[in-house]
Amino acid sequence: MKIVLKNVHLLNPEQNLNRKCDLLIENGIITKIGSLKESEVKDAAVHNFEDKYCVPGLFDMHVHLREPGREDEETVVTGSDAAAAGGFTGIACMPNTEPAIDSAEVVRFIKEQSQNHLVEVYPIGAATLKRKGEALSPMYELFEAGVVGFSDDGVSIKTAAILRHAMEYAGMFNVPIIEHCEDESLANGVMNEGINSTLLGMPPIPALAEDLIVMRDIMMAEFTGSKIHIAHISSKKAVELVRQAKKKGIKITAEVTPHHFTLTDDSIKTFDTNFKMNPPLRTREDVNAVIEGLKDGTIDCIASDHAPHSIEEKEMEFIYAPNGIVGLETQLGLALTELVHKKHLTIEELVMKLSINPRKILNLPVPIFSEGQPANLTIIDPDIVWTADISKFKSKSKNSPFDKRLLTGKSIAVISKNKMFYEDKFINLNI
Amino acid sequence: MSLSNKHLLGLYGVPREDIQLILDTATTFREVLERPIKKVPTLQGKTIVNLFYENSTRTRISFELAQKRLSADTINFSTSVSSTKKGETFKDTVRNIEAMKVDMIVVRHQSAGVPHYLTRISKANIINAGDGLHEHPTQGLLDMYSIREKFGRLEGLNVCLVGDIAHSRVALSNIFGLKTMGANVSVCGPATMIPYGIQSLGIKVYQNINEAISKNNVLNVLRIQLERNAGERIPSLREYHRYFGITAERLEKYNKDILILHPGPINRGVELSSEVADGPYQIILDQVTNGVAVRMAVLYLLGTMH
Repeated sequence: MKIVLKNVHLLNPEQNLNRKCDLLIENGIITKIGSLKESEVKDAAVHNFEDKYCVPGLFDMHVHLREPGREDEETVVTGSDAAAAGGFTGIACMPNTEPAIDSAEVVRFIKEQSQNHLVEVYPIGAATLKRKGEALSPMYELFEAGVVGFSDDGVSIKTAAILRHAMEYAGMFNVPIIEHCEDESLANGVMNEGINSTLLGMPPIPALAEDLIVMRDIMMAEFTGSKIHIAHISSKKAVELVRQAKKKGIKITAEVTPHHFTLTDDSIKTFDTNFKMNPPLRTREDVNAVIEGLKDGTIDCIASDHAPHSIEEKEMEFIYAPNGIVGLETQLGLALTELVHKKHLTIEELVMKLSINPRKILNLPVPIFSEGQPANLTIIDPDIVWTADISKFKSKSKNSPFDKRLLTGKSIAVISKNKMFYEDKFINLNI
Repeated sequence: MSLSNKHLLGLYGVPREDIQLILDTATTFREVLERPIKKVPTLQGKTIVNLFYENSTRTRISFELAQKRLSADTINFSTSVSSTKKGETFKDTVRNIEAMKVDMIVVRHQSAGVPHYLTRISKANIINAGDGLHEHPTQGLLDMYSIREKFGRLEGLNVCLVGDIAHSRVALSNIFGLKTMGANVSVCGPATMIPYGIQSLGIKVYQNINEAISKNNVLNVLRIQLERNAGERIPSLREYHRYFGITAERLEKYNKDILILHPGPINRGVELSSEVADGPYQIILDQVTNGVAVRMAVLYLLGTMH
């Protein structure tokens, strides 16, 4: 099947590409970039995407798919549907499933579930068996089966000794350790420690719990020479620690979630459990610091920490409700609204943080726009104003604090693996 | 005169006029409690559920008695097992109770915010009887009532809360209510028991109990709650008593005119010596009596709102 993307604004910072043109895609391969003649667009499906950006397919490196184990909350397929709807052609899924992704069988199972989907799913392996922090997982075997990173996400790797071994071992194949940074002994609360936790009488989690582990991990990265990636960074001090570590040439990268650059702990005053996440929402000062970190490159990428939870589990007394929110379908809209339209980032910088950098961190190839290359792209309308609506989410779970929020900009189509998601439908381009 | 809100979720943000109205109304009911027949027909035909998810003896009894004195029909639902373990969600429990047509719900729960959540899933008037470490507004009101009864005013009084401020819903309700009424509020306790940023609320922090005694008109002494892992924040009860305990000796030396409150139950020999607990400075049992009158006032004002 031939399709034509007319009048797109083609943008790929990796190629220094920034121009208006047409794109001809035949059987999933880009066959022509430029101005297409009438004869060339004949018998093709033509989409006029005037004033829309065409960028390398977006990538979310921090997603919880819940399969295997909690298929009532999300499956590989429903999570991938949500990703496609949100503008993503690739995701990396975290290993805190049941069983954990700590064996090659689970890696193969997830890859099988996703093989026919538009969205590429890359599992992240558990760093330790059952994520217990006691013994290393079969890391080499997991790597060979296709994992792109290692993490005990949900918790930090428990001890410095096991972290050291995990980093040294993962260093053999240059795969990053992805750390959820939280000192367990300081973190038995439900919201950020600050004046709001005092006013609300909520058990607090100090930012110190995050900062201490970020510091430990930086020292470990320096010591082992291996790569560390800081997941969902949220505190001002942690951003500063990463900034200094980068200056020293330590192999460290970091991501931030849309909720941590959009919301503050003021939201907890509603006692709505959709504002309960870990790391907790922090203060305005922290929000400003992560935005500053995004601007100066301290924070390499944006990732959703998409964490589906069932209604009955999430709609509970605040202290008992589980942490986390779904984020795949609001992520791009929030990033455009809060970062690009507020002039913190340019659209090129946003593409770096939502597509190119996460792939590079995970040693994955970046989609290239040139004739003969497979089409892996996202079409973004930066100016469309829309309202987030949980009832329209593809995700099986609806736990979002952004329901009814007005956003500016969204993905209107994605193409990858010879498939297209457009106007709420998957279209097979292979006919 | 009526209150500005159909629920009593906490004292944070409650206007001065509302607090004034509750305290004045309580004065009337306090007088009823001295009569031979202590019952009035004010809430006849109203159904009130006491929904207690956490152990409580005195608060629940006080509410129940207040409801009976007002001739309301009272149902008690008590469980110390959290809904997560019980199988039925909190929401389902409340919906079931709601379906039985109740007018008011008095709720105590381990989690902050449960009364606020209740207002979203129920049409009843909600009264917070203690939510996690957040608020315990009727305790705050009865403490203010008791202080006002002694001094004739709250404005300009120096009131200090002593003990584990970070793990006390009584402390927060006192702080919010007393500040609204114009008292100068301070706290005293070990640094490990003072919550983050309390000074930014205009609260002075004492770390020396003798200084707190000498500078204040009232000490509201909180229970050291061993059930809330106080042991992680103080070396021992013995050491706590030695450096922060209220003893007759200290009171005589530093401030003979001081008034001592305690929300109960008392750990004798820990936050208060027995001599103080039974001595002339305290009004602990008056607080208990006043508690019934204050709760009658709250139930009456909310139950007769239109």
